[in-house]
Amino acid sequence: MSLRLQARNLACERDDRWLFRGLDLDIRAGEIVRVEGPNGSGKTTLLKILSGQLADYEGELSWGGRPMREARESFLANLLYLGHSPGVKAALTPLENLAWYQALAGQPGGEAARFAALEEVGLAGFEDVPAAQLSAGQQRRVALARLALTPRLLWVLDEPFTAIDRDGVAALEQRLVGHARAGGGVLVTTHHGLTPCAELRRIRLGGGAHDGGI
Amino acid sequence: MAASEGALPKEVAVVHEEPRGGLAVAVWATLKRDLVLLLRRRSEVLNPLVFFAIVITLFPIGISPDPALLAAIAPGLLWVAALLAALLSLDSLFRADYDDGSLEQLLLTPQPLALLALAKVAVHWLLTGLPLALMAPVLGIMLALPAGSYLVLAVSLALGSASLSLIGAIGAALTVGLARGGVLLSLLVLPLYIPVLIFGAGAVQAAIFGDGVLAHLAILGALLALALILAPLAIAASLRISING
Repeated sequence: MSLRLQARNLACERDDRWLFRGLDLDIRAGEIVRVEGPNGSGKTTLLKILSGQLADYEGELSWGGRPMREARESFLANLLYLGHSPGVKAALTPLENLAWYQALAGQPGGEAARFAALEEVGLAGFEDVPAAQLSAGQQRRVALARLALTPRLLWVLDEPFTAIDRDGVAALEQRLVGHARAGGGVLVTTHHGLTPCAELRRIRLGGGAHDGGI
Repeated sequence: MAASEGALPKEVAVVHEEPRGGLAVAVWATLKRDLVLLLRRRSEVLNPLVFFAIVITLFPIGISPDPALLAAIAPGLLWVAALLAALLSLDSLFRADYDDGSLEQLLLTPQPLALLALAKVAVHWLLTGLPLALMAPVLGIMLALPAGSYLVLAVSLALGSASLSLIGAIGAALTVGLARGGVLLSLLVLPLYIPVLIFGAGAVQAAIFGDGVLAHLAILGALLALALILAPLAIAASLRISING
């Protein structure tokens, strides 16, 4: 079975206003789906619904052809979600932060894997510095190290480029494309212009229009 | 960040049906992480203890230094003060995790949330309830608590504060999404603390009067067993409601 996340006729209302309505969405292996739209158009809400965090929506979600309600455990075992807040504890060092995520994800591989993941995101030498002393961009990089540390099929990334410098952005873009080519799926929101490539698809939210699809 | 094309393990392309790795590993890692976090913010551990000591010091000053009078009300005073001290530290139980986004990560793990939440509560008890229980006999001397009831005071507080942590965590989980949940948390949780308070203070009274200690402690134990079974589920459900809102 390969990756397939489907949404049918998805709608979400906030404060008597439809964020989106009649949204159809299909994420398969080898795709990067970018959700676009102005501020407040419901990008984060859509990502939270699709990652199973919000329940007040209309429509149907399915994972691998099964309704999300039944497939939730399998879905969560394959999901890596990075939210607006990086989920990095300021009082812990990057290594300790990653150790928790590693254990939580049940990922084998000890300290060596954590060192390697941190080196990959350019944090070599900062492994034992409390995250409070790192810059915002470096804290974001600690969160991004999880992409390498805990391999997951589906990445749901909410503004992953925030506070990342230009080199980091280029490397992360390549990482997303690499993940799609290796058979993974990526759902991403960003205000940063992604370099067009064969794997990239766009979904536009906002303006009350129901422009689902590509 | 190094380019990563082809660096991904082959296993990525396969859908996994089950969560990888053990629940025990995840629970142990959560325990360890929370312990380290609390020990690094030492003021959060010390605040309830200092609060407890100061409140108990106020009573002889405010009421009367007469040992006979103080001894009569000491069990209740010690228990109420310890209960309030435990309540004081509850608000921060999930709030830090909520603020930095690790709570939503906790909710997205394939492991059962109730057991991970139980690990967090266990750490709260270990660094709040247990130190309060160990400290209470010392403060008991200040209130001229009759000899022979000191051990019962510590044991009843150790048992009771575990229930208090569990019950309080439900309230903390419900109010974590609110900007100023502290007062609401007290209003929600304090009425639920009453049974624990009755049997906790009752155990110490019984020790002073010389009978029925075991019955009180047994009921405290039963309350704890009930809380251990039901509270984790309620905490998990409350966290989901808070995050949904």
